Amino acid sequence: MEMTGAKILLECLLEQGVDTVFGYPGGTILNVYDELYHYRDRITHILTAHEQGASHAADGYARSTGKVGVCLATSGPGATNLTTGIATAYMDSSPVVFITCNVPQALIGKDAFQEVDITGITMPITKCTYLVRDVNDLADIVREAFALARSGRPGPVLIDIVKDVTAAKTEYEYLPREKHATTGRLAALNERARTSTLKMPEPDQGDINTLVDMIAQSKKPMLICGGGVVRGRAHEEFREFARRIDAPVAITLMGGGGIAGTDPLATGMIGMHGSKASNMACDGCDLLIAVGCRFSDRVALKPSTFARQAKIVHIDIDRAEINKNVQTDHHIIGSAKQVLELLNRKVPQYDHSEWKKYVFSFPTETQYDDSHIMTPKQILGTIARVCPADSIVATDVGQHQMWAIQHFHFDYPGQLLTSGGYGAMGFGLGAAIGAKMGNPDKTVIHITGDGSFRMNCNELSTEEFYKTPIITFVMNNRRLGMVRQWQELVYDKRYYQTTTERGPDFVKLAEANGLQGIRVNTVEELEAAIQAALEAQEKGQGTVIDCNIFEGELVRPMVNGGKHITEFLVN
Amino acid sequence: MEEVKLRTLSVLVDNESGVLSQISRLFSRKGFNIESLAVGVTDDPKVSRMTIEVLTNDNHTNLICNQLAKMVPVHSVKLLEPSHSIRRELVLYKVRAKNSEDKNEIIQIANIFRGAIIDVSKETLTLSLIGDEKKTDAVQELLADFGIVEMVRTGMVALERGKYTIDEDTKEKGEFNYGKNVL
Repeated sequence: MEMTGAKILLECLLEQGVDTVFGYPGGTILNVYDELYHYRDRITHILTAHEQGASHAADGYARSTGKVGVCLATSGPGATNLTTGIATAYMDSSPVVFITCNVPQALIGKDAFQEVDITGITMPITKCTYLVRDVNDLADIVREAFALARSGRPGPVLIDIVKDVTAAKTEYEYLPREKHATTGRLAALNERARTSTLKMPEPDQGDINTLVDMIAQSKKPMLICGGGVVRGRAHEEFREFARRIDAPVAITLMGGGGIAGTDPLATGMIGMHGSKASNMACDGCDLLIAVGCRFSDRVALKPSTFARQAKIVHIDIDRAEINKNVQTDHHIIGSAKQVLELLNRKVPQYDHSEWKKYVFSFPTETQYDDSHIMTPKQILGTIARVCPADSIVATDVGQHQMWAIQHFHFDYPGQLLTSGGYGAMGFGLGAAIGAKMGNPDKTVIHITGDGSFRMNCNELSTEEFYKTPIITFVMNNRRLGMVRQWQELVYDKRYYQTTTERGPDFVKLAEANGLQGIRVNTVEELEAAIQAALEAQEKGQGTVIDCNIFEGELVRPMVNGGKHITEFLVN
Repeated sequence: MEEVKLRTLSVLVDNESGVLSQISRLFSRKGFNIESLAVGVTDDPKVSRMTIEVLTNDNHTNLICNQLAKMVPVHSVKLLEPSHSIRRELVLYKVRAKNSEDKNEIIQIANIFRGAIIDVSKETLTLSLIGDEKKTDAVQELLADFGIVEMVRTGMVALERGKYTIDEDTKEKGEFNYGKNVL
């Protein structure tokens, strides 16, 4: 059937099973929005306050549901406002398709109103970018973009469509998703990927056997659960693997939810703010198996001495991660789920009680001085106790983020939404809205600090309008806490530009947006506030709980960047 | 710690607009300076072949190869070992030659190095030469005495010696393809 590019685009979204998109309209993308009007019964469009909010919402939707998120924006400023969201999705391997429109073909390169080379700008922060100049290529490109976003190591893809293409007409024929891989550009890409005689994508059996032997020789094995376990939804396989080799398991920030936080083998987070148990285990183990992690500088603080007594084995889907940050002794390429399944078939049951006893003689959680108003552990413990156990938690970036991962135990992949690699303050509220759209039956918690919240609190209006009730906890220390912590420990207590004793009043801000606002100073008040928030949630109303905390509270333990993993700066 | 030397990479890519900038951007983003770059279409009009030379150590070479291989428009990447490959570039020199004595001498140099005179004017001669850097450097030194008005290099192109090609199946290649499999 002959139809316009705008209509083809929306038909292609339906082919992919997309029912929710996030975005913000503008001049060049108007044809698409005009068509969205006709599809409003099948595709829900969420209008945010700012394109950045939309980008984080699409990302949060993708992370929490495992589906591909979709985000729309117009040319120029609309497109560049997405970039922080795109970079966040790229660093954390989250599958999101960003669709922007550009000025008409005849104006491209003329510095037209709201023209920007967004494909050029986003090239280093996407898996792939497309500039669509011919309506005949549109359907094929959209199909390839979705496949690329979710295949292999997932990630963001950007499609920029010139305005004329959205109005031009061509033949479109519905193609079910199963057939995409054997048609057009995808067929060519697959052909290329499979011309190898090695029968990929099965992980190499020889590599698997080598690891099985290495495990047999190990007396003190250790596992790292990275974001790959979460993205690959390989938590069950991972748990079985950990049980079989009977090894302590540390998580990276992105690995939160890859193994249940309450699991008896879990030692908590590893790295800069890792638990004593995790970091000591890493230093003492003789075999370190890292699954779906990239040994970032926040994990392998000093690559040359990282796990210095151990043989390091890296299991990853991305060949480019092998030996990038840490020199490894062995690697297996493949999806975490597939590799772990194959390993589980071959690995017998081991018993490493003595080694575990040593590791768990160190604390897995930070202890606090309870004389202060409310400690992070008290706040997070109360939230975890009162809110439903399967609540989704979105965080922003800073001290509260570290506390959240240290003290809130995540049980399943997609439960924790956090900007790990990119560390984008302002990520949380958008991501929480996206997660609520994708999981309307779950309670969505947003844990933030006063600094991060101030950045993108404009999305409270989105939360209110779409009745996507979220419970926001502002860990309010009236400071940019993480930066202040560095100033305290590394910059000789010169607290400069980190004291933010200023507005807005978060309670009034919530109320101004039609939400419930509550200020709490004690654990009892907090508990009552959470109850009130859960009740308001039933009526579709969100709540902002402003938690007053001690300004001097630190994230502990801490190892400074570039230092050996057991060289704790503070305990 | 590790030896920094000139590495030659051969890369097959989609013959599409934007691919060159994507590849070169990767080098600048990772902090590597391209010493030489030559691109041209292959016997398959949809595929171009790039020869890229970089000064770097073993570890970084692997990093570059890995990053290149995972890019969607890249078909194959191969590091060419100097002992098992042939490298050539074409250089054009425009040399000052005011009198017939100079001209004769330059023509002789061209003949010795199997170059060719491809343009003559009253004051200059233009010489073309094919070879690796040893040869072109030697010629350049000789021509400098006459005065090089201007010169241009195509950048090095290289192929493996013998029957081996970039398409050979190796375990690494299979590993790279894993990420591209979109089924």
